[in-house]
Amino acid sequence: MSEQTTIRMPDTSKLVVSSSPHYHDMGSIPKIMFTVLAALAPAVFASIYFFGWRALLVLSVCMVSCAAIEALLCRLMRRRISIGDGSALVTGLLLGMTLPVTSPLWMCIVGSFIAIGLGKMVYGGLGGNPFNPASVGRVALLLACPSAMTTWVTVSGCALNKWVVDATTGATPLELVAQNQPGPGFWSLFLGNIGGSIGETCTLALIVGGVFLIALKIIRWQIPVFFIGTVFLITGIAYMVSPCPKFNPMTHVLSGGLMLGAFFMATDMVTSPLNRKGAVVFAIGCGIITTIIRLWGSYPEGISYAILIMNALTPLIDRYTAGRPFGVARKASQKNA
Amino acid sequence: MNKQIKFYGGVKLDEGKMTSNEPIISAPLEPLYTVPLQQHIGAPAKAVVQKGDKVLRGQLLGEAGSFVSAPVHSPTSGTVRELSSCLGPAGAQLPAVVIESDGEDTAAEPLPIFANWQEASPDELKARVAEAGIVGMGGAAFPTAVKLSPPPNVTIDTVILNGVECEPCLTADHRLMLEHTETIITGARIIARILGVKQIIIAIEMNKPDALEMMTKKAEGTGVEVVGLRVLYPQGAEKQLIYTVTGRKVPSGKLPAHVGCLVTNVSSAAAIADAVCLGKPLYERITTVTGTPVAKPGNILCRVGTPYSSALALCGGVKEDPLKIISGGPMMGMSVYSLDIPIIKGTSGILLLAADEVSQYTPNACLRCGRCNDACPMEMIPGILSSTIEFHHFSLAERWHVMDCIECGCCSYVCPAGRPLVQHMRRAKAVANATRRAAEAASKK
Amino acid sequence: MIDIVMMTGTGVLLGLAIGLVVRYFGVPVNPLVESLNELMPGANCGGCGLAGCSDYANAMATGRAKPGLCPVMSAEAVAKCCELLGVESDTTEPKIAVVCCSGDDDHAAKQAFYNGVNDCLNAMLVAGGSKGCTYGCLGLGSCARACPFGAIEMLPNHLAKIHADLCTGCGKCYMACPRNVIKLVPRSAAKVHVYCNSPKKAPIKRTVCKAACIGCRKCAKTAGEGQIIMNGYLASINYDNPPAEGIVEVCPTKCLRKAD
Ligand code: SF4
Ligand code: SF4
Ligand code: SF4
Ligand code: SF4
Repeated sequence: MSEQTTIRMPDTSKLVVSSSPHYHDMGSIPKIMFTVLAALAPAVFASIYFFGWRALLVLSVCMVSCAAIEALLCRLMRRRISIGDGSALVTGLLLGMTLPVTSPLWMCIVGSFIAIGLGKMVYGGLGGNPFNPASVGRVALLLACPSAMTTWVTVSGCALNKWVVDATTGATPLELVAQNQPGPGFWSLFLGNIGGSIGETCTLALIVGGVFLIALKIIRWQIPVFFIGTVFLITGIAYMVSPCPKFNPMTHVLSGGLMLGAFFMATDMVTSPLNRKGAVVFAIGCGIITTIIRLWGSYPEGISYAILIMNALTPLIDRYTAGRPFGVARKASQKNA
Repeated sequence: MNKQIKFYGGVKLDEGKMTSNEPIISAPLEPLYTVPLQQHIGAPAKAVVQKGDKVLRGQLLGEAGSFVSAPVHSPTSGTVRELSSCLGPAGAQLPAVVIESDGEDTAAEPLPIFANWQEASPDELKARVAEAGIVGMGGAAFPTAVKLSPPPNVTIDTVILNGVECEPCLTADHRLMLEHTETIITGARIIARILGVKQIIIAIEMNKPDALEMMTKKAEGTGVEVVGLRVLYPQGAEKQLIYTVTGRKVPSGKLPAHVGCLVTNVSSAAAIADAVCLGKPLYERITTVTGTPVAKPGNILCRVGTPYSSALALCGGVKEDPLKIISGGPMMGMSVYSLDIPIIKGTSGILLLAADEVSQYTPNACLRCGRCNDACPMEMIPGILSSTIEFHHFSLAERWHVMDCIECGCCSYVCPAGRPLVQHMRRAKAVANATRRAAEAASKK
Repeated sequence: MIDIVMMTGTGVLLGLAIGLVVRYFGVPVNPLVESLNELMPGANCGGCGLAGCSDYANAMATGRAKPGLCPVMSAEAVAKCCELLGVESDTTEPKIAVVCCSGDDDHAAKQAFYNGVNDCLNAMLVAGGSKGCTYGCLGLGSCARACPFGAIEMLPNHLAKIHADLCTGCGKCYMACPRNVIKLVPRSAAKVHVYCNSPKKAPIKRTVCKAACIGCRKCAKTAGEGQIIMNGYLASINYDNPPAEGIVEVCPTKCLRKAD
């Protein structure tokens, strides 16, 4: 055969044309969301370990109902069904993790509806929502059913053989310290052997997941570090001024929703600032509001409120922290901002 | 130069330079060359030949149409078959001269040679650069002679030769630096003579250690400084390059000349040396033909006007059907849908991408993840800008400096939502330019 | 009792204050502008070349613009304007827009799959749009989005269709179209059109579009003198002297059609 006949030329009829660049780092929204789910896995295991198998039921109901509600609403709004991107599952899981293990299932479904429907879809779906949907759901439930949302069971070690741990009601460490009683010791706090919402107790598992996300550059390290750091700093100063259990920085940092909130909820891409500078401002703001609510407010816990308030300020933060483009003189950029 | 300034943002790319070790091969003669009269930014060249004319290699086909323009020369000897138009890489129809080769490849009388260019006057040399039709060969194809005529109120003190070649896959400049090292250095010194500049820097990315070494060795004692730069896309972008090498920031909306710098591609420098020392106008260039579907990727010395299909055939055709054909590199090149497009002075590469290497743009909303913020070397806010532009708030986008975008593609590269950010920026720039032109026309009236 | 007095007093005071402010600081409204404004269609399409209806009304009142520039206004409204302004009425011929292309997906070959922002201008920036014919309609609807009257329908096989009953000839689509396939023609003469925009040679056109004008000159020969002009390979209607509708019969590619 001659050289000429063996040369295969491309078939130009099936080409795609698009704008440059033609390379992509192959990241995608589903990839991000499923990585977040994976990062939450240790915390899920920890919650089953301490609270019993009902924890899994609550989490699954939240996830499934979030996905179903999103699908339904997309259908009603005649949009592309967007549950494939996994963000509804993340919202559901986060919402479930902020509920007590004894929450009735209807509450999970109502919470999911509020989180997805009012927290996200009314703004046009993922990317348009100004507030973190899981926080919206949790706050709404907290306001609507305060007693169900603050009924805590007492935890004592492994509960893998139980459906749900014995329903003796206990108090969370934050409730204890709010009444100025000493909270549990460091190891109980760190491992999660304490009362509280399903996914909030095991600091170790949450940190593992959070560090995993930071390592993969899915979340900015600035947010958890400055958030937790601010809480630690303010409570620490208060503790030095008056060393009573109420101000114990260790209890404040290691208990309640701080770890979950700082690593997984405040870092929600859609509702946190765009750039690093803004993220620092945002995180410090979250920290300050959280501590104020915890120490001087009427609630023992304030993470969700802090995150929502700072979410509302995010556009403002973005606006004032936006850098000047390369080579733009300071004056010109201010004039135009 | 061990501690370099790092520009903001940028992305690390998979280089995919599979043709770094492929020596340059010359393409055989084509039966037909389609030579576009507009291969550069600015006004198209005005044809000086007619249908049926006999032309020789290197003969003038079209003369510069205005101040910002460049002449075009014949790639071989033959007959002018027609003056028509052809599809250019950007998708527009370009006026073109079609030349039927006579197979003799007889050269025209070369332009007078400067045997001793060190003695020639800068103006003479500059005129030669203009006459030879030399343009920026990195892709943008800005007429070099225009670049060499800075506005009278600035003084240029540094000439930077861009051998960075930060686009993945392309190796044309790399091979040129290895095989024609001295020509490049001569070209650099000619440029310096034209501008009366002492400081000449050749910048090469560290991923080409052989070129760096070769260049350093040959540059010894010529007063040319060779620097190796950190590997980070887009290191080769003009403003970023100047910043890294000299620490000067080109102000928004201004030219490098305003900070006393001139940046030109190494290929253009080599072409200048050829024009001055050999009297050879620019009618051929090295083009990298590469991509996973290509059977034998390589670096080919092609005459201007060679269709892409011939260059590809020279590389053995394809192993599998590509999904995209790109004129240029993967980050800034233009996708085309035809292989009849001719190679022009700015065609640094022809890249084929297989189906699994291509990701599709999606109509997802911006997630506000901020990755594009972190990646944009111009420190802009591409995500917000693109949403603004999507809703046609063009004047707002302009106030937010969309005109500073260098279309490097870092933002789209990192966007997890797969938004066509660069396309949005280009749209806004096109609109802004059109508005500006309309305003100018109105004010003239 | 006291409350009532207080409330009434406050009301009277505020009323007075407002009255005084209006009296001394109010911008006097030219009654002429007001009556002109009432005649304006209120579409704010910008077809007059000014920033909107009330801007145009102002401009007319101050003599900066002539009546009759608005493509939307009815002839009676224009006549009334002239009357109000006390000038001779000189109305411009109402226009209508035509998309001069027949190359929908069934007729014109798509050279490649375009992946990007769904807008003609954006598509033009990528390989000049993926349509084989570089003169035809891209069918991504920039014109339809620009039309303030919703007169342009995007057919599912990617061709813009202008509904004559809704089109006011404001020219917004004409400005928006990056391919320049939309022409503004006099409404009264808009009976037949050449639905092709490519000046390329017939064989080249035919490879990319089955419905192109092939420049066979049949129509020009059949029509009366000067009614159809040939521009190289593209026939064009002389709208000052339009041919009869029956002419469409002779066109072999059916690109010469009655207005639809
Ligand atoms: S293409 Fe423009 S906006 Fe995007 S990263 Fe490059 S300079 Fe920034
Ligand atoms: S990278 Fe994409 S999703 Fe993220 S902020 Fe930028 S445009 Fe939005
Ligand atoms: S007529 Fe023009 S603007 Fe309208 S769809 Fe066709 S190409 Fe686009
Ligand atoms: S008859 Fe049809 S194809 Fe022939 S010139 Fe007229 S419009 Fe074109």
